[in-house]
Amino acid sequence: MNMPEMPTEIASATDENLSIINVSRRSFLKDMALTGFVLAAGFPSLLIAAESAQPKKYGADAMPHGWVDNPLVFVAIAEDGTVTIVCHRSEMGQGIRTSLPMVVADEMEANWLHVKVEQAPGDEVKYGNQDTDGSRSMRHYFMPMRRVGAAARQMLETAAAQHWQVPVSEVKAELHQVVHVKSGKTLSFGELAKAAAKLPVPDRDSLRLKQPAEFRYIGKGWLKIIDGQNIVSGKAQYGIDTRLPDMLYAVVARPPVLGGKVIKYDAKQALKVPGVVKVVELKSSPLPADFNPLGGVAVIARNTWAAIQGRKALNIDWDHGPHAVYDSDAYKAELEAAVRQPGKVVRNEGDVDAAFKTAQKQITAEYYAPHLAQAPMEPPAATARIVKGHCEVWTCTQAPQVSRERVAKWLKLPEDKVTVHVTLLGGGFGRKSKPDYVIEAALLSQAMHGQPVKVTWTREDDLHHAYFHTVSLERLEAGLDADGKPLTWLHRSAAPSIASTFGPDSKHQMPVELGMGVINVPFAIPNIRIENPEAEAHTRIGWFRSVSNIPRAFAVQSFVAELAAAAGRDHKDYLLDLLGADRKIDPGSLSDVWNHGESPQLYPVDTGRLRRVIDVVTRESGWGRALPAGRGLGLAAHYSFLTYVGVVVEVVVDEAGKLSIPRVDIAIDCGAQVNPERIRSQMEGACIMGVSLATLGEISFKNGAVQQDNFHAYQLTRMDDAPRDIRVHLLPSAEYDAPLGGVGEPAVPPIAPALCNAIFAATGQRIRQLPIKEQLRKD
Amino acid sequence: MISLNINGAMRQIDLPGDTPLLWALRDGLGLTGAKYGCGIALCGACTVHVDGEPLLACVTPIADVVGKRIVTIEAIDQDPTGQKVQTAWLNLDVPQCGYCQPGQIMAATALLKHNQAPTDADIDKAMSRNICRCGTYPRIRAAIKQVATEVKS
Repeated sequence: MNMPEMPTEIASATDENLSIINVSRRSFLKDMALTGFVLAAGFPSLLIAAESAQPKKYGADAMPHGWVDNPLVFVAIAEDGTVTIVCHRSEMGQGIRTSLPMVVADEMEANWLHVKVEQAPGDEVKYGNQDTDGSRSMRHYFMPMRRVGAAARQMLETAAAQHWQVPVSEVKAELHQVVHVKSGKTLSFGELAKAAAKLPVPDRDSLRLKQPAEFRYIGKGWLKIIDGQNIVSGKAQYGIDTRLPDMLYAVVARPPVLGGKVIKYDAKQALKVPGVVKVVELKSSPLPADFNPLGGVAVIARNTWAAIQGRKALNIDWDHGPHAVYDSDAYKAELEAAVRQPGKVVRNEGDVDAAFKTAQKQITAEYYAPHLAQAPMEPPAATARIVKGHCEVWTCTQAPQVSRERVAKWLKLPEDKVTVHVTLLGGGFGRKSKPDYVIEAALLSQAMHGQPVKVTWTREDDLHHAYFHTVSLERLEAGLDADGKPLTWLHRSAAPSIASTFGPDSKHQMPVELGMGVINVPFAIPNIRIENPEAEAHTRIGWFRSVSNIPRAFAVQSFVAELAAAAGRDHKDYLLDLLGADRKIDPGSLSDVWNHGESPQLYPVDTGRLRRVIDVVTRESGWGRALPAGRGLGLAAHYSFLTYVGVVVEVVVDEAGKLSIPRVDIAIDCGAQVNPERIRSQMEGACIMGVSLATLGEISFKNGAVQQDNFHAYQLTRMDDAPRDIRVHLLPSAEYDAPLGGVGEPAVPPIAPALCNAIFAATGQRIRQLPIKEQLRKD
Repeated sequence: MISLNINGAMRQIDLPGDTPLLWALRDGLGLTGAKYGCGIALCGACTVHVDGEPLLACVTPIADVVGKRIVTIEAIDQDPTGQKVQTAWLNLDVPQCGYCQPGQIMAATALLKHNQAPTDADIDKAMSRNICRCGTYPRIRAAIKQVATEVKS
């Protein structure tokens, strides 16, 4: 995910902020400004002032460079009938290169068999925002892409009508041709291509979008993924696969600790390795880390293996800098201390303290979730060359425009002298939103006088130098009445913030992070206080698929199960009672000023939709069925990225404490489903990633450096331990004009709590610290 | 100069004998279908066939495979089982990002060539060397079973 846009009035509170925004164009510092003084000052007087000055923008309108719906930008028709549709979002497994062009093809009545998809380079002025994160691609581009297709269709129809000299009302585009309905005459898209291209693009207001009943592809889910054939034959090109004539291969030895730098190095032995061409120092940048390359010593060679061997032969003295103190065990104790003291109040309703005094029972629990690395199977990689002052880059990036801007800045080139070609991504999960590795490639090509250089990150590099998912301690306290119902709820959440990566560390979370399942819990509890104690960052904190929702869903949804158990009630019934009557809640009333960057009117928090996914997933999974000893069902439901997901996990824990997961049911309400088949695959994948992080995922630090080198230490779930049977239940909706929810991220957060709740049901053992690892072992 | 039999053709490679086959394929010969994922035999992304057996190219020096038949994902469609596996992968839309899938397909093809009716336990054993971060395991299992069912009928 990326940071949301906030009104610039807030950000421009200081000139310093403004200038940085103009450089970065992204809004990290704007958010920090909001966190820093708006919330500290109570409630957003500044925000209200800003809003009155200019209407606040939401959704795609609020993203850098907004959206574009010009068919001439996205569609080209060749005279042989081939329709080329541009995909400007990055493909990383979510299927966007299939789903977005499919929307265009459907509206324009193109035959998918004659559609080719072309990947856009980084150019947001031309294509609109390209930051592929935040579960936004379909949410923000479904309507613009429908308009692109509809406009193209209307241009083809007009061209045909003009050719036949009949009113346009008498012609109709139908599966790659235009038909004159009365006479039955037809002209193919190819035959019409030239004439249609000369016509003006119809006004947005004159576009006739299809009725859902007319859709051929949208909502059907029967199109195969566009890159399937290339993938299964090994032809698909990822960033790491780029090959250019005379290309050199580089790996970089980076400072092991954030903020570290080279004191001195000796390259003699490295240069003796056959194939090594050159050793180059890359300067380290001062903190904050931002998207800057980390610096270090690069070994440039004739092949990747020689570069890796050369790096091993380097002798480097490092200055580790101030973060060499970072130790995950000690830090956990710091977080524990932090959440046991009052912290900055970020939401406050009723009188929590008074209600605790009248409560019959008080329950307290603390939940710890460690750092994670995204670990996409394709590690970061980028290739750059500079020819006559023009830098061309080929890379696997979620942020092509940001990559372009940053390369331009580092090479001191105007932006139009930088081209960023986007390859397929071998996974992204947020890591590839940060273009530090892209800048490295450009700098290394520059060091080689423009010769093409590919920088490949080894797995060790990827794990040591990720932008890590935060580490967090969530403390929850509830006071229950005589019926076991919560009267009062206190949640203290301490976690280093993503903001620290981009500016001075306020030690507090941004609205973006608070709005991911801490302050926006929609429970019907009269007294609620949410606090955010300080937590200092010692590494690059970044976004990982579903971001802060992971620890929050783990804590909140585990805690609700604990309360249900304390009250002696069924977890599902208890959870539904907590949600209360179906209602649409203004996120602002929950102190959530962010709301995933979307309009609070279009996207209220709808507890009815959350209840429905709980109803569906419990019904489909057979909630309440009798199970033998050692088996259990666990439930969790979480709202994130404007989408509602309910999960029931079934576990078996054997006598030795070995965990297996025979079945998971997932119900999702993301609004209308554009490509149900890829939604299902995202649910399956999110489930397995959720299991992976809950059971195995942990990055830890010692003396400031990451302790996990490769997949033996940072383990990922493999087939034998993956859930055997994942059943996805898509809640039906045909409201294609209603706002869509996200799909890529929202199923990750509820997996860990549902799993831990199932373990509790099976064994009575409550997991409050992730990962589970060996906590269940009895032998 | 080292000569290797790759995908049915003799190829000359001007790299030291201790170079891992993965980098000889990718950087030396431009066969980028076999992927780098870990470099130390932990993830299976680099799986190729050597004399019909699945082998992790990232830890196999090229000197060790001289005189052997090396098959990579680029030529697996020439193997009847490999082709069936690719078709099943497409039928079930197995891939997400697709990066690990060449390795998965090589591992699955090797399994199905030896065992036309693998049990779930057989599949677990053969496929658990290969990591998929996107989480396509249920579809990989289903695709392997689809091939097995086809072969049976």
